[in-house]
Amino acid sequence: MTTNGKPKFAMYWAASCGGCEIAVLNIGEKILDVDANFEVAFWPVAMDAKYKDVEAMEDGAILLTLFNGGIRNEENAEIARLLRRKSQILVAFGSCACEGCIPGLANLSKPQDVLDTVYSTVSTDNPNAVRPQYHYQMPEGVIHIPTFYPVLKTLDQVVDVDYYMPGCPPESHQIAAVIDLVIKVLHGEAQLPAKGATIGAGNSTVCDDCPRARNVKLIKKFVRIQDVPELDPHLCLLEQGVPCNGPATRNGCGALCPQAGAQCIGCYGPAEGVIDYGARLITAFASVIDSNDPAEIERILDGIPDPAGQFYRFNLAGSLLRAAKPAWQGKL
Amino acid sequence: MTENFEPVIIGFTCNWCSYRAADLAGTARVKYPPNIRLIRLMCSGRLDPTFVLKALASGADGVLITGCHPGECHYLEQNYKALRRFLLLRRTLVQMGIEPDRVRLVWASAAEGVRLAEEITKMVEAVRQLGPLNWPKWQQTNGHGEHAHIEAEEVSA
Amino acid sequence: MTTENKPQEGQERIGVYVCHCGSNIAGMVDVEHVAKWAGEELKDRGVVVARDYKFMCSSLGQELIENDIKELGLTRVLVAACSPHLHEQTFRTASARAGLNPYLTELVSIREQVSWVHTDKQAATAKSKAVISGGVERVIHHEPLEPLVVPIHEATLVVGGGIAGIQAALELADAGYPVYMVEREPSIGGHMAQFDKTFPTLDCAACILTPRMVSVGMHPNIKLFTWSEVTKVDGYVGNFTVTIRKKARYVNEELCTGCGICQEKCPKKVIDEIYEAGLGYRKAVYTPFPQAVPKFPVIDRPNCTYFQKGTCKACEKFCPTNAIDFTQEDEYITVEVGNIILATGYDLFDARRVTQYGYGRLANVFTSIEFERLSNAAGPTNGEIVLRDGVTKPDAVGIIHCVGSRDRNFNNYCSVICCMQGLKFAHLVHERTGATVYNFYIDMRTAYKAYDEFYQRVLEEGTLFVRGKVAEVTDAARLPGEEGKLIIQVEDTLAGIQRRIPVDMVILSAGLEPRRDAKEVAKLFGISCSADGWFIEKHPKLDPVATMTEGIFIAGCVQGPKDIPSSVAQGAAASARVLGRIRQGHIELEPVRASVDEAKCSGCRICNNLCPFNAIIFHEDRMVTEINPALCQGCGTCVAACPAGAISGTVFSNEQIFAQIDGLLGLTLEHAFS
Repeated sequence: MTTNGKPKFAMYWAASCGGCEIAVLNIGEKILDVDANFEVAFWPVAMDAKYKDVEAMEDGAILLTLFNGGIRNEENAEIARLLRRKSQILVAFGSCACEGCIPGLANLSKPQDVLDTVYSTVSTDNPNAVRPQYHYQMPEGVIHIPTFYPVLKTLDQVVDVDYYMPGCPPESHQIAAVIDLVIKVLHGEAQLPAKGATIGAGNSTVCDDCPRARNVKLIKKFVRIQDVPELDPHLCLLEQGVPCNGPATRNGCGALCPQAGAQCIGCYGPAEGVIDYGARLITAFASVIDSNDPAEIERILDGIPDPAGQFYRFNLAGSLLRAAKPAWQGKL
Repeated sequence: MTENFEPVIIGFTCNWCSYRAADLAGTARVKYPPNIRLIRLMCSGRLDPTFVLKALASGADGVLITGCHPGECHYLEQNYKALRRFLLLRRTLVQMGIEPDRVRLVWASAAEGVRLAEEITKMVEAVRQLGPLNWPKWQQTNGHGEHAHIEAEEVSA
Repeated sequence: MTTENKPQEGQERIGVYVCHCGSNIAGMVDVEHVAKWAGEELKDRGVVVARDYKFMCSSLGQELIENDIKELGLTRVLVAACSPHLHEQTFRTASARAGLNPYLTELVSIREQVSWVHTDKQAATAKSKAVISGGVERVIHHEPLEPLVVPIHEATLVVGGGIAGIQAALELADAGYPVYMVEREPSIGGHMAQFDKTFPTLDCAACILTPRMVSVGMHPNIKLFTWSEVTKVDGYVGNFTVTIRKKARYVNEELCTGCGICQEKCPKKVIDEIYEAGLGYRKAVYTPFPQAVPKFPVIDRPNCTYFQKGTCKACEKFCPTNAIDFTQEDEYITVEVGNIILATGYDLFDARRVTQYGYGRLANVFTSIEFERLSNAAGPTNGEIVLRDGVTKPDAVGIIHCVGSRDRNFNNYCSVICCMQGLKFAHLVHERTGATVYNFYIDMRTAYKAYDEFYQRVLEEGTLFVRGKVAEVTDAARLPGEEGKLIIQVEDTLAGIQRRIPVDMVILSAGLEPRRDAKEVAKLFGISCSADGWFIEKHPKLDPVATMTEGIFIAGCVQGPKDIPSSVAQGAAASARVLGRIRQGHIELEPVRASVDEAKCSGCRICNNLCPFNAIIFHEDRMVTEINPALCQGCGTCVAACPAGAISGTVFSNEQIFAQIDGLLGLTLEHAFS
């Protein structure tokens, strides 16, 4: 590791897809500002690094760590704790770290089923049915692989987090703005927001940025977007029966999906102060159903075939219940 | 099933009907099991699904939602909104592995103290049969870390 | 038992007061132990004092709280006693006296919801702790609130010109305040104007009603809109804006003198289904009855020859003041009022529905209102009680009570007036025809002043009473003497035998029903109907003329079946309530209200269809939703619905409910409740 006197920057991926890293690289020439102002101390995707190098640092040696990915296993948790110790500012970066995201949907299933899906379904080429072993005797001794947790956790369910930066992935222009802010803070030109704040996003919801026209909503049926023969390009999607998560989803993306003719799926997570994102959607969708007849209401609700997937696609691990019962019951 | 399991049920009541039904049950000395703890709302329409999720996640074994009968809402029609939310919430809860019997919606007018007591008794018995929910008491997140109640458990591969 | 703790920095300073309620609570809950527990276990939550007391609601109990607020500097008060519906106000007021904002005090019930309903003392004690823990957590999140002050407009709208509405209007007008009265029919007077005699004193209905109607018509403070309906109600208590549709009368009220020549000359006779109950005729241009107020007739357009065929205009030709105006159109008038009294009355139960009694099929089966017209000296037979042929006097008359009432096939409720009405009919038949009269009743209900005396009088006059629900009225004679008669088949439940009683005339004492459009009217004014369809009062005993909607009052049969004295009393009572409001000049509303954080509101409009009180307004220009606090009734449905969490509600905020859940479940405590 070099030391050039610049503050240290780290970025880590736990259970994630790598999209967050791509989003960081997508900030274009802004990346040069990062290089100009920071020493990249640890960034496994971008450069070679060893955990022991981080362990060797003094506590608080890293100024800023962007941590993406959820906590799926013991290694994720261990590095989260390590980076927490070594970092002055730890940012839960991207939906996985903030609220679990797509990996968090595994929290609907028994852990055993998750492993079976990975190693034994048709999409996996595993003719010998090889399964990983936690402990394996090698001539040199026993080797271990990290323990798989029954449920995926968000970063702040394992360590203390300073800031949250939502999005799957966070929009590059938002990342650039946050980097600008941090650099300004470094030069004494700006103040950091209060601890625990959500950064790189708005304080309202996607509808605030959505240009579609909207009226009083009375919904007689929900339909999947691919089943709508002709979508009105200018009218609120929810009013057309398409379950759009925009009303409950924090703005910051610029309402990209609804502008492109697709419903918001909720990757920016809940609005400020909301403690359960799914509950907000449940109540919102139910509130605009135009029927008082239980049988008809049930028929309308049939238009949302997978409520948990609809309401918690990005937020399950960060929700109040966090995981379905079979998942948290663990070993089965 | 745990021996001597005493379920804890959180009940949400409407200020105008079911809370008064509970008052009436008291005045009439109608008996029901002590397993229910009531929270007064102004209307079943005030019921945010978050309340139910919060109660279940915080240790309740069941949640009873009560409101005025259809057509008798003090606020004209808000109980229908409660009904719609309840139906959608229940579908979601089933996916979370929560038995439908743990979350019930009961209409009870201010005059139906006896009926409310009966419904409470039935619900307590139903939840007793289901056994404890024991949802892990994960503390609220948002910057406070976690006092892990679930230990890192190995999942056999 | 008192526990005092040192207050901790930055925390609320909470006092917990546990009531014994004599032995009502203490008999089932170890109150002293609970208070001690609260002092110890809830210390960390900010409880600085916990006391128990025999009767917290007594003046000494209240003083305890007041002293603690002053001496210990309490910032929150939690009382565990009876239901908040009983004493919430008491303890809020006590706190206010000691200088603490009343909304920082919470009352939780350990009587109605614990000691009175549970039988295991240990479990009841543990539950009391949970309830208190929930209350403490909740009260921490309370915020000081001020009631909403709304000015009251002096004018009042009275809807319905029957006796209840008339009474209400006169009381208000006599007190010097403006009244708008809206009546759907061409004249005020309501059902009472159709009656001949009124029980139990047998005063002539017209004699006592007409002067009141005239007073309404002449009163300088009453603006009367007949042949009119309310179409729209905006605003809220103190400040309603009401739109009235004044239907075209085709008669210029400025010019008409009420001379009646048009009615005389009109060639078109129409069966009068309303006032004469189908027994008599009126003209196409008509006033319902001679004493009508106002005196101006209306032209019944669907029956008017000119309107239907384009020629006639007899009325116009003969009108001495050129008051007929065929070009008149409906007018919409807007009035501003502070309060509204609904006195829209009832509809008579349609006796055809009880098919076995033969009304509509057997000529000499009459309804009560038909009989009222028969016996009325100004009615179609000039007061002669005769059969449908118009000449034959009956020798025997059967009066059937509870038609459509106290009957699970129709209406479960008792229509209140039918027994006395049946007795009145019996008396009139007896007096005018000398016929034998039978009354068939389930139970005789002659409560109230001088009613039972009237029953005794009718008994003594020789009316025969048969206790039993009539099974059938038929003209199928089986036995000698039944030929040409109506036979009443009934089980005499006192004698335990079946009877067949032949009579000439049957009078069905039909019950009262809510107006057919009661539900729409309720919606228009933002109030609610019971399952039966009667408008719901704020409290069945203690507030029978107010409704849950501030500023909307009800009087007379719209609230439920009742007789004339009760209708008059309610009319007067409603106006007294309104007068109180007007004299105060303003009203304080409970600050249970929703509000929108405009910075968070994205204008998604999810909430826009949720408010039945029209309190939710959407601003297209700014794309945000706003809640009108004076219209908001505080149900919280929009608070629960907002997907962005942008709507919050006072008194029942999310934070308060979340905290109460935690508290009830003992999440904030080290030890479980035991």
